[in-house]
Amino acid sequence: MSSWLRVAAAVAGKDIVIEVRTKTAILSAVVFAALVLIVFNFARDASLVSTTELAPSVLWITFAFAGMITLNRGFNLEKENAALEGLLLAPVPRSAIYVGKLISNLAFVGMVEAVALPLFVLFFNVPVWGVLPGLLGLMVLATIGFVAVGTVFSAMTVRTRFSELMLPMLLLPFMVPPLIGAVQTTTRLLAGRPLSEMIGWLRILALYDVVFITLCVLIFPAVVDE
Amino acid sequence: MPRADAPLLEAHGLERRFGNTRAVRGVDVTVGSGDLVAVFGPNGAGKTTLLRMLGGLVRPTSGQVVVKGRDLKSTDPEVRRPIGLLSHQSFLYDDLTASENLAFAARIYGLAEPPAAALEALADVGLEHKAHEPVRSLSRGMVQRVALARALMAHPEILLLDEPFTGLDAPAARHIQDVLARRRSEGHGAVVVSHQFAEVWDIASHMVVMIEGAVVMRESPPPSLGAFLPEYESWLRE
Repeated sequence: MSSWLRVAAAVAGKDIVIEVRTKTAILSAVVFAALVLIVFNFARDASLVSTTELAPSVLWITFAFAGMITLNRGFNLEKENAALEGLLLAPVPRSAIYVGKLISNLAFVGMVEAVALPLFVLFFNVPVWGVLPGLLGLMVLATIGFVAVGTVFSAMTVRTRFSELMLPMLLLPFMVPPLIGAVQTTTRLLAGRPLSEMIGWLRILALYDVVFITLCVLIFPAVVDE
Repeated sequence: MPRADAPLLEAHGLERRFGNTRAVRGVDVTVGSGDLVAVFGPNGAGKTTLLRMLGGLVRPTSGQVVVKGRDLKSTDPEVRRPIGLLSHQSFLYDDLTASENLAFAARIYGLAEPPAAALEALADVGLEHKAHEPVRSLSRGMVQRVALARALMAHPEILLLDEPFTGLDAPAARHIQDVLARRRSEGHGAVVVSHQFAEVWDIASHMVVMIEGAVVMRESPPPSLGAFLPEYESWLRE
């Protein structure tokens, strides 16, 4: 295994072991996601807005905000005992640290989404089974984009005094493109529309992922260096 | 490529400002093979900032740090490989065990057999019996020893230590002294920042005194501690 992959795997593995042991990020994000879905479920008036119109927005708002809770934890973990400095001191490429963090954050947000999706189906009674492979693929495509950006912003804000406030303020504007794409595609998926109506949004999501992962890998060293 | 004839570590004209405050003012440091440079000074003298600049954790406002002939600002991460740092902070994860922390560090540094390397490093600091306990449950002195094991496990040629004796009992402090003396005899270099003169005095090859960010005294070898202390106290009074 190349040293770059070794470092990325070590960082991701270490984060996952700590999270499995403490359950800090996942538990709070799952509880938050469930509460959001419950609130939306009881706050809507089904006679005024149809479920199929409302459900995609609710699903992605839930994923986005629960994901942000998880992302906040990502670099807070490195703050204790200045562990991030220990990583920065090591003879390893900064980009490998970023990719390791990205992998662990994707795993955590993926776990939260895996719990939130069945709750969403339960509360909103949305028939997702027929479109489940497409929906899962869309979740992967959209989640990679906002987690890639969120990982860099998490590293940027962790040294600030109000990191938990700063992360949403910085990240939300960057989440708009993948969220719009995800909501539009989910709406069409649930309505049983043909792939040709979704392909444009899927291309935008894929392009967003490629562009922002590349940018984040390039700027991460400057973000973590003092 | 590192230059074989270059000192292990050279710093030229290091300066660091935080806003209007000049924390470090034009400091030069050279660490050759087998050198142990002890840096003394009161609180706020700029010792820790100097050490962090030497380790590459703080960027100098001006000046340069050269490690084995290569600028520490190089984009090649390998330039940092010869450096080990024991800081005020342990760089350890509280929710991992001592051995998991060191195995993680071993993986990052690319050492062979990380779990075995971790246990060996813990045995070197006399903590093999605490290998499977979370760092959170260890005493301050034990955490300091695990942090030392982390700093030493990749066999760095230059060791930077910030107040390494703080919180340690006498046997643990003696252990660090022995490690430093052994490393000197093996040709490794070290910079030790400390308030505790007695622990460092006999093993130091060079001594530097910093006051308000500037070097006010530089001696090699250090004078007798009895002759130095009255002079040091007079600086503090000024």
